[in-house]
This record gives sequence, structure tokens and C-alpha cells, in this order.
Amino acid sequence: MRLDCKHVWPYISDYIDDTVTPEERRAIEAHLETCEICSAILDSVHNILVLTADDRVFRLPLGYSERLHERITAELARAAPESG
Amino acid sequence: MVHALAQEMEWIARILEGERDLFHELIRPYERAVYMTAVSVLRDATEAEDAAQEAMIKAYRALASFRGDAKFSTWLTSIALNEARSRLRKSARVRVESLDSNEQEEDYTPFLIADWREIPSETLEREELARHIERAIDELPPMYREVFLLRDKQEMSIDEIAAAVAVKPNLVKVRLFRARMMLQKRLAPYLKREAPQRRRLFSWMGRRMGGRA
Repeated sequence: MRLDCKHVWPYISDYIDDTVTPEERRAIEAHLETCEICSAILDSVHNILVLTADDRVFRLPLGYSERLHERITAELARAAPESG
Repeated sequence: MVHALAQEMEWIARILEGERDLFHELIRPYERAVYMTAVSVLRDATEAEDAAQEAMIKAYRALASFRGDAKFSTWLTSIALNEARSRLRKSARVRVESLDSNEQEEDYTPFLIADWREIPSETLEREELARHIERAIDELPPMYREVFLLRDKQEMSIDEIAAAVAVKPNLVKVRLFRARMMLQKRLAPYLKREAPQRRRLFSWMGRRMGGRA
């Protein structure tokens, strides 16, 4: 199995999630070893995912947790869960 | 994590038997995830917070119907998704965003670069950088955005997302691939330009000073 750049791109996402087959993994890694561009694309995607996961991206609204638990306290006082 | 589910099942049983206050503890680990799920659909902090609160209340009322077949977090996530989606449908802001119509025309070619210098998380101290990433995510087509945030923000597994969103795991992977490539195309040029400048300067200065010594 040999891959050129265009065929590697669709695998980048699965490669990051480790959902590729061992054969696909070998072919992707063989390509990455010789291709600076695909390596850089993989690195950039990976880097963007790390930044996205950071708590500073999409911060919770200030006081969110307090307001949530106040609302829950009111509901708990009001009623028991519905019987299943 | 089996341990977590066993603990949760025990708490749920106790809540149903009358120890209602335990519900606060039960949902505490998932407050953030429920908000993120809501904001991934609604893209508005105030509406997402309302939806998150409502989802938690609905989860409380329906607690007896949770049987432990899925993880509690997956169950909560699907309640939050349903709540957010129904609000989106009712809202006047709803735009016609047909996924199928543009699916064929979308271009998933990445931004081509010859090298990538790792951008450290500390860079996010710069508000504009974090906001820029949020905007790029906000602009993804809704179905891609949902799956992307569930996976790459909340770190749910492909199978958990498939269960929460009610689609096949393969479709989750396709949407995820598209979301990630669209973001790479959109963000890589910006990040490359905005982020590494200071670092580059320092490493250049370090080399120069090292050369002099």
C-alpha cells in the first residue's frame, strides 16, 4: 500500500484518533517520513486540537456553576424525580 | 470508569429513594460538558447556559429512566443535545443551514505548509487568539461543529458520540475529518502568522548571544 499526499489527508483525522488499521498506519507513516508537507499538516492539525481542548477556549460563563446549583436546589425542593 | 458508573448508579438509587441533595454531586463532574454541548449547538453563551440548566433539570426529573446501559455522561449529553436543538428550532435566529446542499462542493484540502512550529498553550493567554479559534469553530457547519466539540473539546469517544448524536460511528468519523480539515485550513495560516513570532525572536537572540560568548 503506497500513498501520495492527497490520499494521506483523509487519513490524518483517523490517524490522530488511532482508528486506522495497522496496514494503513504503516503506509501513512512511510509517507510521513518522506513528506515534509504532510508531516507539517499533521502537526498543525494536532496542535489545533490541543489548543481547542484548552479551558481558555470557550470559557464557562462567570458564575455558571453557582447559578446552575441554585436552580437545581429550587427544583429539588419542589419535587421528587418522576417515577420510572 | 466502571467504578465511576457503579458509584453513579448507587447515587441515583439513593436519590430516587429520597436523598435528593445527592443530585448536586452526581452532576458536578459534567457541568462543563453539558454547557459545551449546548454551546456547540446554540453558539450563544446566555442561551447555552439556559439550555444547560434546563437539561440538568430534565435529567433530574427523568432520572428513574437511566438504567446504566450507556455512561451517565453520554445520557446527559444526549439530553443536552436535544434541549439545545429544540431551542434552536424554536429560535427566530435559526438560519437555513443545509448540510447536504454544500457537502459536495466543500473543499477539504488542507492549508499546505512545509514546516510547523508547535504553538504552546500559553499563547492562549492572548485573548484574541482564543477568540479567533472560537470564531473559526463557530463558523463550522452545525453538524460538523457538534461532533468536533464533543470529540476534541469533551474528549468523548467516537462510539459515545455516535450514541449521543444517534448516527453511525463512521458518519461521526467523516464529520470529524471534515471539521478538522476545515479548521486547519482556516486556522493554520492565522496561527502561523500570529503565534510564533515572539518565540522565534527569542530563539534567534539565544543563538546570537550563544555565538558571542
